[in-house]
Amino acid sequence: MTFALALEQLLNGLQLGVMLFLMAAGLTLIFGVMGLINLAHGSLYMVGAFACATVAAWTGSFWLGLIASLACAAAAGAIVELLVIRRLYDRDHLDQVLATFALILIFSEGTRWMFGSFPLYLDIPPLLQGAVALPGGTQYPLYRLAIIAAGAVVAFALYLLISRTRLGIRIRAGESDREMIGALGVDIRTLYTVVFALGAALAGFAGAMVGALQSVQVGMGEPVLILAFVVIVIGGIGSIKGALLGALLVGVIDTMGRFLLPKVFVLFVPPSQAGMIGGALASMLIYIVMALILAVKPRGLFPPAHA
Amino acid sequence: MSRETVVNLILAVLLLAVPLLANAVGQPFYITLATRIAILALAATGLNLALGLGGLVSFGHAAFFGIGGYAAGILATHGFSGDPLIFGLSGTNLMPVIWLVAAVTAGLAGLAIGAISLRTSGVYFIMITLAFAQMVYYFAVSWPAYGGEDGLSILVRNQFPGVNSMRPLSFFLICYVVLLVSIGLFALIRASRFGSALQAARQNPVRVATVGIRPFRIRLTAFAISAMMTGLAGALFADLNRFVSPSMLSWHMSGELIVLIILGGTGRLFGPLAGAALYVIIEYALGGITERWQFFLGLILLGVVLFARGGLLGFVTGKARHG
Amino acid sequence: MKKLLSAATLVLAVGASSLAMAEPVKIGMITTLSGGGAGLGVDSRDGFMLAIKQSGNKDIEVITEDDGQKPELAVQIADKMIQSDQVDILTGIVWSNLLMAVAPSAVAQGKFYVSTNAAPAALAGANCNPLYFNAAYQNDNLHEAMGEYANKDYKKLFIMAPNYPAGKDSLTGFKRYFKGELAAEVYTQVGQTDYAAEIAQIRASGADGVFAFLPGGMGIAFMKQYAQSGVNLPIMGPGFSFSQDVLPAIGDAALGVKASGQWVKDLDNEANKKFVADFQQEYNRLPSLYAVQAYDAAQLILSAAAKADVKDTEAFRAELLKADIKSPRGNFKFNTNQHPIQDIYVTEVTKEGDVLTNKTVEKIFTDHGDAYAKDCKM
Repeated sequence: MTFALALEQLLNGLQLGVMLFLMAAGLTLIFGVMGLINLAHGSLYMVGAFACATVAAWTGSFWLGLIASLACAAAAGAIVELLVIRRLYDRDHLDQVLATFALILIFSEGTRWMFGSFPLYLDIPPLLQGAVALPGGTQYPLYRLAIIAAGAVVAFALYLLISRTRLGIRIRAGESDREMIGALGVDIRTLYTVVFALGAALAGFAGAMVGALQSVQVGMGEPVLILAFVVIVIGGIGSIKGALLGALLVGVIDTMGRFLLPKVFVLFVPPSQAGMIGGALASMLIYIVMALILAVKPRGLFPPAHA
Repeated sequence: MSRETVVNLILAVLLLAVPLLANAVGQPFYITLATRIAILALAATGLNLALGLGGLVSFGHAAFFGIGGYAAGILATHGFSGDPLIFGLSGTNLMPVIWLVAAVTAGLAGLAIGAISLRTSGVYFIMITLAFAQMVYYFAVSWPAYGGEDGLSILVRNQFPGVNSMRPLSFFLICYVVLLVSIGLFALIRASRFGSALQAARQNPVRVATVGIRPFRIRLTAFAISAMMTGLAGALFADLNRFVSPSMLSWHMSGELIVLIILGGTGRLFGPLAGAALYVIIEYALGGITERWQFFLGLILLGVVLFARGGLLGFVTGKARHG
Repeated sequence: MKKLLSAATLVLAVGASSLAMAEPVKIGMITTLSGGGAGLGVDSRDGFMLAIKQSGNKDIEVITEDDGQKPELAVQIADKMIQSDQVDILTGIVWSNLLMAVAPSAVAQGKFYVSTNAAPAALAGANCNPLYFNAAYQNDNLHEAMGEYANKDYKKLFIMAPNYPAGKDSLTGFKRYFKGELAAEVYTQVGQTDYAAEIAQIRASGADGVFAFLPGGMGIAFMKQYAQSGVNLPIMGPGFSFSQDVLPAIGDAALGVKASGQWVKDLDNEANKKFVADFQQEYNRLPSLYAVQAYDAAQLILSAAAKADVKDTEAFRAELLKADIKSPRGNFKFNTNQHPIQDIYVTEVTKEGDVLTNKTVEKIFTDHGDAYAKDCKM
């Protein structure tokens, strides 16, 4: 194994981690502020990707599509919050799981109704096409580097938003004491809608970015959703910092596992079998890591201090 | 007799009457449908023990359902081919033996998963049970020996001594009896000291701890029994379909089991049966009308959560009790 | 209950007509019309119904139901079709795992199963069955063809498939014919959407080409990411990875890819020209491999129904075996294990105007059967 390959795999892990962070940030924010567990977060990711693909096909511009994905996902999030989610805040997690499970069914089948059963086409914008040279003599796709950069920008913006703005103060207040913030005269219902729409927009943004790399199709949000849950549970639910570190951890472990495990097994069994066993173990790896972490730290690595 | 008891009796009688009638008029498919209801109700009754009584929202019960199914599939495959299984033991096609193995295997898995998961609570518990189920799922998909993603066919349905299990009605009756016995067991557990402690641990863990009961042990025991029941249901489900596959282990299955319970009424004795009946009927009826049935199923589920708290039984009996 | 797409009507042929007095045939079509894989099921259904419609045969009744790509649901529907609707023939399943759940028990109950796509090795060899026909191929065929094709230009290949039985069959089939060296044999996760880690390995592998079997969304994701990676090794794969249903979503990234298929849109025969034109006119899109396979399955059933009574299992089976149809694929007959013997082509993805499609490069196998037929004792 060369340095170039190791570096490339590390970047791949980082890029997966950044994508997961965009999903996980919204999830963990919504849980931290409203105490809501939202299984339909993956559907908002799908909404973002479909919006981007549709607008990009109409206008020929990926960038307009990206804006549309933010707008559509935020709008879908706000509508869902107003119609459904807002009735679930004082319910137990069980009701939230069921209601948002129902939302997945509605979103998935509704999207198929509107767009048909075939995957949509969405390509990377010309500006970000191609690969660039890396130290060590290898090449790396520019678009993936752009995703890493976009993720870093979003993470920093979220940090500023939460630590420096009025909205951020309210969000933090909402996280630590929900009754109190209402008593202080903040319109808590509007705050909740805004936070939910913000989380949805992040998911939609992730969906659009990834949609250009993958297949824009119904059900694309589900695998990401489960990974994002793994991330926030590892990181400590409600903690943005935990989500960031958890996402990077999961991204790197998953990528490295898929890359290295078959190589480890090749030392013991024939290559074809090593591929199968290594691959099987790699697909279970992050769940094993999650179980281990929770066994030692039942509230994740960075549980929010107040709760 | 309370109103709920009357409704329960009606449900039990209806579930028996429909297949008998279907058999009389020569519509065996409705027997299959009723069998499916009975088996799903059994699986959900198992989950109800953990979720309804213990407040343990397990999002990973598909693991036990699938383990039970695979126990049946693997034993039957070896029983059919005559190849020894492990330690020179052979497979079997006798249902009682298969049920025992399925329940014990699922129970052991429940002990292991519970021992780690029960250290957490709330959303963490939901997610860690999901993680364990995903682990088992990916294992089953990638493990080539028993079909992997393609699953495992059971060529001939397993036998129950003295009954021709290939006849749809006979197999239904087997499942029906197992379901009633399990519901009876659920009632016994709920009324026992153990059951009281379990419910108390849900409502007020601190108080239970101060009386000197360790909630962890009680919950772990309940979780394991719950896994056994769901595993048993998995074995029956495998025999109903004559097929096992990783999709029995998928997170959608875990979600469906939760749906069944809430649909019927959480924590209620006949809630799982009411929920399973409603779910299977909705799925079948909607599927007959439109390809978009999942959309409308979603709307109905959403309506139930938002407006019919207490599920079907809560609605019928007029008590919006939750748990 | 379901859409009775062409209702059975009691047609009493008065007098001595040359039309055969066949009994009505009831066909149960179970296929995937919802969920991520619905595109394949929709094409299968449409191809099948096109043949039924063209035949004008009023004695054929087709009941279509959606299996949602769930094995349990497929079994339930099959039970209903057999027990309540009393169908004579089942067909339509796209996926091997669903087929394994339905077909063995259907034929055990005396029903015909004519597969429009799924063709697991498990049903082609020792466990073949007189009532089970496959109108598509055997799962290994297209991979074998690429293995043979790769012998010409490649010395060292990177091969890759998802970690499930069809994926293992794929690489086994490929290796059965490929004589060169393997740079690596990689199994990816089922449903995987990011292939960065694998592409990095391809880059570092020193291979001179890549064979990838990644159906549906997996292939779309891989091709788009590969195009951006700066790795320029040629890609090849089995036809269904680059079929008409996924090409629009991959886009130009698919241009130049070599694939194998037992049917190509530009095959030069009358039946094919008519089929492609009719399909486009009826559904306003290009047909895919799945549509052709289902079209032929329907043709086979129609051809047998014209000469034999479906209730007379032996006679009907004998007529099916004759494969007396004009397939858009050209030559088509059944092997001893009731899987096709047919020609297999290598194709290349090209652009016709704005539309991506496959064009024929060469015929790689003539009258190709499969490796399992010798184990089938019927």
